[in-house]
Amino acid sequence: MSALDNNAKEIAEDAGGEELATSSPEINQKEQDNRSAGPVILFFIIGLFASLILGWIIFPKLLYSKKKQPIDFNHVLHVAEVEDGCESCHFFREDGTYSGVPKLEQCIDCHEEIQGDSPDEIKFVEEYVSKGREVPWLIYSRQPDCVFFSHAAHVKGAGMDCVTCHGHIGESESLKIYEENRITGYSRDIWGKSIGGFKKNTWDRMKMDDCAECHREKTANIERTDVKTPTNRLIDHLIDMVYPGTSKSGKGGSIQTERDACFVCHK
Amino acid sequence: MKIDRRSFLSFLIGGAAGTTLSPLTWKLMDDSAIWTQMWPWTPVPEDGEASYVNSACSLCSGGCGITVRKIDDRAVKIEGMKGHPLNNGGLCILGLSGLQLLYGPTRVWTPLKRVGKRGRGRWEKISWKGAVSEVAETLGDLRKKGQSHTAGIISGSDRGTVPRLFDRFLTVYGSPNLMRTSSIIDSYELTLHLMQGVQALPGFDFENADFILSFGSGIVDGWGSPVRMFRANSTWCNTGGKVVQIEPRLSNTAAKSDKWIPINPGTETALALGIAHVIIKESLYDAEFINYYSEGFEDWKRFVLDEYGPDSVATITGIDSATIIALASSFARASKPLAICGRGQGTTPGSLNECTAVHALNALVGNINKKGGIFAVAEPDYINWPEVEMDARAAVGMQKDRLDGAGSKKYPFSRHLLNRLPQAINSGEKYPLKALFVAGANPLYTMSDSKAVKKAFDKVPFVVSFSSYMDETAQNADLILPNHAYLERYEDIPTPAGMPKPVIGLSRPVVKPLFNTKHTGDVIILLAKAMGGNIADAFAWNSYDECLKETLGYKWRVMVEKGFWSHPDFFVQTHEESFDTVSGKFEFAPKETGSLKQFKPVKIEGDKTNYPLLLIPYDSIRLANGVVGDPPFVMKSVDDTVLKGTDVFIELNPKTAGEHGLREGQLAMLSTPVGKARVKVHLFDGIMPGLVALPRGLGHTAFDDYLAGKGINFNELIGPVEDSVSGLDAAWGIRVKLAKA
Repeated sequence: MSALDNNAKEIAEDAGGEELATSSPEINQKEQDNRSAGPVILFFIIGLFASLILGWIIFPKLLYSKKKQPIDFNHVLHVAEVEDGCESCHFFREDGTYSGVPKLEQCIDCHEEIQGDSPDEIKFVEEYVSKGREVPWLIYSRQPDCVFFSHAAHVKGAGMDCVTCHGHIGESESLKIYEENRITGYSRDIWGKSIGGFKKNTWDRMKMDDCAECHREKTANIERTDVKTPTNRLIDHLIDMVYPGTSKSGKGGSIQTERDACFVCHK
Repeated sequence: MKIDRRSFLSFLIGGAAGTTLSPLTWKLMDDSAIWTQMWPWTPVPEDGEASYVNSACSLCSGGCGITVRKIDDRAVKIEGMKGHPLNNGGLCILGLSGLQLLYGPTRVWTPLKRVGKRGRGRWEKISWKGAVSEVAETLGDLRKKGQSHTAGIISGSDRGTVPRLFDRFLTVYGSPNLMRTSSIIDSYELTLHLMQGVQALPGFDFENADFILSFGSGIVDGWGSPVRMFRANSTWCNTGGKVVQIEPRLSNTAAKSDKWIPINPGTETALALGIAHVIIKESLYDAEFINYYSEGFEDWKRFVLDEYGPDSVATITGIDSATIIALASSFARASKPLAICGRGQGTTPGSLNECTAVHALNALVGNINKKGGIFAVAEPDYINWPEVEMDARAAVGMQKDRLDGAGSKKYPFSRHLLNRLPQAINSGEKYPLKALFVAGANPLYTMSDSKAVKKAFDKVPFVVSFSSYMDETAQNADLILPNHAYLERYEDIPTPAGMPKPVIGLSRPVVKPLFNTKHTGDVIILLAKAMGGNIADAFAWNSYDECLKETLGYKWRVMVEKGFWSHPDFFVQTHEESFDTVSGKFEFAPKETGSLKQFKPVKIEGDKTNYPLLLIPYDSIRLANGVVGDPPFVMKSVDDTVLKGTDVFIELNPKTAGEHGLREGQLAMLSTPVGKARVKVHLFDGIMPGLVALPRGLGHTAFDDYLAGKGINFNELIGPVEDSVSGLDAAWGIRVKLAKA
């Protein structure tokens, strides 16, 4: 006999035992219902809310550790000083690769001496510039190592704006707290501030679905299939197997290669 | 309210529903997927700015130009330098793997001083100041006692600024004992000295030759400047140039040649004379060269014609006379024939007799200092330092005989006889060696008869290693003064032997020194300054870099720009200018060496009764056997018929194996008069019966786990055999017996 059957039998026996103990079975039944319905619903609600609170409020607090940037950088101040906007410091190298976060080499032109009296400026010059140490910036937009992303293709090729993905960081006067995912080591900005993954702006999240969203929009006009998430890809594949030829996936999903391969974006 | 099981279950159901409606599960799934890709041992390539630095490879004496790709400050790839006269974009497997030496675990991080017994591997870190003053003190004491000549240096080379700084230091200090690691170049230098009267390196114009007669030289196994040789070999494939490989084993070179002629080992001299016999007899020689530019031809001719007829040579060499005749004829009839010698990678000098016989073949066909032939390449004279002023102590020290006997009455022509050093120390017949410096060499691994070498080292009370890596010699030193690794330092790389045109490469720092190391050039200068007096005066430079720049003069700028300097107006000397012998001509039978013309087989160790077989080494481009060992990438390329696990394979002809009752893969015990080793058997039809072949480059006790403890060091099984004329190591093999293990 299985464990389930045992369980059922036990419950039946329990019920029977109670019946024997009471004189009026109908009243007893009602009493029993009244007695049990309240706590059951209450506990359900407690469980429901507790887990909702856990999942939506406590979990994100546990998942992310808060870190301060080594130097509080003021983008507004610097953008005002330079001519080419973002590209003045976040430039493309001659070979087309993207420089990313500036190195000391770029800062040193102006910051060889302390400029002004902000404590961060003093710290920057004394601890990094004069010692020749690179600043260990915490990079909000750093993607996992397996992701291949070309700034050149997006900025030079597709003419996209920095803001589309990075938001209005250029207008910030101070660097926000870096929230590091304790499991992956990446910034919270990749998944997005909203733990539920909801977003209002294109720059709120930087997950693969967000890449796919944009690629889908751009490719819809030229009648190509979109970049697929692994789930979509699996479904398409299954449809393809069951009803060959009916699946929408025909042409490649990548604008760049017109191929439908993972390695376009994944190293 | 009673909390019963139903309440609990409903709590759980509520919890499950809530969890489903919260992002917890989905977020954790996503994060754990990313976490699996983020394990710290997963190698992640550097991201940053790509740049290239031109430098020179000094892992072997090949002198290739390299271009190192960097991402920010990290070197990530070594490539061959395009446009370099030696390797033009190509690079060998060892050169490609150099980054594993730079960043690998075998580097010596800081100056170290031995603690406890020598060779136990226990060290204490010391400061550079402390290290230099300790050396200065020890050397100072010796000098005070009038024993300056008991200090010696083993150097990988005697050319270029660093070896010359060592030489200068020893001279002004008062010791004649700078000993260079020996190779076939020693024999060639001596041959050129005796037959042409010049002090020069051999230069082979392989690119223009069309018939290569190789007496066992591993053209694609690492002989000469390896990449240049690969390229030349490819050129011959395209232009129809022919390669005839003469050696007892089907090496890679033999397999790639147009004709492989197996020969009884050690009888190459007889074959060369046999070929000369046919050429002379059939009048195929270059009469103009012989008549106008050679001396002693008639005597030599008579002797060759009398003694080395094809039939008698056939008996000695095991090659049938028809083959010898055909070979001589095709060699002499080729438009640009070239004969070369130096077995395998040419790491042993071999008998001088052999080298002169092979060189005589080149003279017979008149290709001395001629396109497609062999050149005597004088050293580019860029090192012009002021003469040192020796004090009385130095003068006395310099008057002493060299410990290795080079330049002595017995061996007046040889400049370095490192092979004789262990015996000289162990016998104590001359004087003891009290301080030994080792730079650019790893004698405890590379010298034959390892046991005797170790014993000799044990007798030297003060051994200093300048190695960048914890090699066998560094392990057994008292003090290690680590040099910057080759990708961290400036150094001139003089013309590699075999190049017909002077080229000086410039090794330059690709990355900043990673550890607390110091350029050996700087250490010599510091040491000289610490010793004071005439010694300090001889080293006026503040640093090695200053010395190098000053020494190279205008060449420095060219070298920084191009990565190398080559002679802009190098021209081929006419025959009238080529020979500086007494007669002013090419000497077929130099008078200085009465016994040269005779073919006397090298008496290799062991008697035939106890040791019925012959053991010969073989070289492979996949096995570095010089100053560094194989880095892991190269180790990975070693075939499993060469090394399996920690067992090395010997190659054995199936016939010989049958006679000894040995099968493929079986363990066997190899014993020579010098040592014993447990090996595995690999049956190979490409080796002559009666021979056993063992690869060089294995059996390291130093370096990393990928290399150390794998296989057997061939040098543990063989001892040196002195050549009667040069005193160089002429051993090509040793007698051996084989038994089931």
